[in-house]
Amino acid sequence: MYRVKCAIIGPGNIGTDLLYKLLRSEVLEPVWMVGVDPTSEGLARAKELGLKTTSEGVDGLVPHVVADGVQIAFDATSAYVHAENNRKLNELGVMMIDLTPAAIGPFCVPSVNLAELSAEKVMNVNMVTCAGQATIPMVRAVSRVQPVDYAEIVATIASKSIGPGTRKNVDEFTRTTSDAIVRIGGVKKGKAMSVVNPAEPPLIMRDTVYCETAETPDREAITRSVHSMIADVQGYVPGYRLKNGPIFDGNKVTIFLEVEGLGDFLPKYAGNLDIMTAAAARTAEMLAREILDGSLKLMPILEGAV
Amino acid sequence: MIAASQIQGRKVKMHDMCLRDGMHSMRHQITLDQMIDIATGLDEAGVPLIQVTHGDGLGGSSLQFGRSLHSDREYITAVVSRMKRAVVSVLHVPGIGTLDELRMAADCGAGCVHVASHCTEADMTEQHIGLGRKLGMDTVGFLIMAHMTPVENFVAQGLLMESYGATTIYCVDSAGYMLPEEVTDRVSALRAALHPETEIGFHGHHNLGMGVANSIAAVAAGASRIDGSAAGLGAGAGNTPLELFAAVSERMGIETGVDTFKLMDVAEDRVLPMMPKPPRADRDSLTLGYAGVYSTFLYAAKDAQRKYGIPARDLLVELARKKMIGGQEDMIEDTALTMAKERGLIPA
Repeated sequence: MYRVKCAIIGPGNIGTDLLYKLLRSEVLEPVWMVGVDPTSEGLARAKELGLKTTSEGVDGLVPHVVADGVQIAFDATSAYVHAENNRKLNELGVMMIDLTPAAIGPFCVPSVNLAELSAEKVMNVNMVTCAGQATIPMVRAVSRVQPVDYAEIVATIASKSIGPGTRKNVDEFTRTTSDAIVRIGGVKKGKAMSVVNPAEPPLIMRDTVYCETAETPDREAITRSVHSMIADVQGYVPGYRLKNGPIFDGNKVTIFLEVEGLGDFLPKYAGNLDIMTAAAARTAEMLAREILDGSLKLMPILEGAV
Repeated sequence: MIAASQIQGRKVKMHDMCLRDGMHSMRHQITLDQMIDIATGLDEAGVPLIQVTHGDGLGGSSLQFGRSLHSDREYITAVVSRMKRAVVSVLHVPGIGTLDELRMAADCGAGCVHVASHCTEADMTEQHIGLGRKLGMDTVGFLIMAHMTPVENFVAQGLLMESYGATTIYCVDSAGYMLPEEVTDRVSALRAALHPETEIGFHGHHNLGMGVANSIAAVAAGASRIDGSAAGLGAGAGNTPLELFAAVSERMGIETGVDTFKLMDVAEDRVLPMMPKPPRADRDSLTLGYAGVYSTFLYAAKDAQRKYGIPARDLLVELARKKMIGGQEDMIEDTALTMAKERGLIPA
């Protein structure tokens, strides 16, 4: 069966883990891996796995997009170069899935708003942050039952699984996550915090979600909603688990989560990276199905027309 | 043994923590009037630096750490305007506080910032130390839970913070776990590695009763800034009681510029009456120091004991075994729930 062709930009940990997931897909076919360093291990690995590669950045990919039929690109580089990558590929009608914190396009957390986004026919979606992917489904699980005034999340990530970019710019991570808690978590106010733990052996990613409901929480309905949302996320992140809760204390609802990775390329403790690549792959698969059944037609976005 | 000649005549800046670390013991509910009362007393006693923030630093007011009675902006503004000599400082932990909150603190008149990270994660602080310097603040790199990494790596982390622009590097015994020899090792290794003009500080907790002894060891090894709290008000069994350190310093010939009697009076007349109970190494606080647990875990552990029937001491020992660090307060209730299920106290 024909599969929708994809390019991955950024052959680092995230890009490589994503590649392994796409290789298993029934509807996606990774054909290009794009890097900037000819000596990159990630490029060499992609080549061994049968992909075409370039170390010339997106400019090395652009001349081949039409001939090779690339329709979806994943950007796993950095917020600084994402805008340019996006412009060059959108012009050619390539749909962009953004794994950087650039957030040019609307936020996407598959279990929460993928269906709505696909109806809007956008050409760029942003995958928020790992903490956002892990916690926003729970925020939404509460806010779809009753109004939530305030949601707060704390993500604890193993030191070994957080890269230099995020370390250097932890505020960007915090800001993007708290924006998304409000915009797609559906609450009035959001706050995000993160802790990096260096324990050996590394700890599996942990996330805690606190919600303050406007009125007395409906315990049964919230508990049901949380369990159902957990199952939805497990559909693409099998290691997503409710460890404890929901716990009710006045209007405060607390949910304790653990996110174990699949261990495709990255170690299992790096659930934070796995949930990003799994969510991106899930998003692309849904779009690919629509491309394949003809309900989604990608249109080039020409400069100035955005 | 510390020879008198090592410390005779050494100049040390005292930094009071009771309006920041003490916020933990007060569950972040200190009033503006209490802050002003204590801070003006400390200022009159000649304490040169006074920290004023939520216990977990800028932006710490949250469900995770507890909400403070007033915002950081209100606390800092209220205290700054009343200071004659003392500089008001803030605690700032990247991941909890943001650059915008640090700008706010500087705008409100805070002149010094402790930019904190876990002792192995100094590279989280680059932007924040950079901003502190840019704002003209006395910018300190604050390496917390210092007992959790070997000396060589601890020094490497200090050097990173120095390279980002920190002009003082702290060895922070957040768990009150360290013994004087361990303080000596870390501080002297820092002293040998850092630029001679970079200052070194020590922040102790009194969970094993070593706050003063550890601070003296730090001074002997080259520290010139010592954190403590009037009446010891701070997380766990409290910080190094500052009036005790002042008295011992006087006896040993350390020059602090602080009036010891006036500082005793602040502790006795202004801080003590505010406390629900004086800090003491009860079995739970002692466990923090014994097992090496972040001192602020004490309060949520006691809450969990009341709520789920798991003894706080068992819980703290388990948190130490799981290598939980500062900021992971959510894991206290989570671990208590898991233990209560295992012990059949609540349904699984």
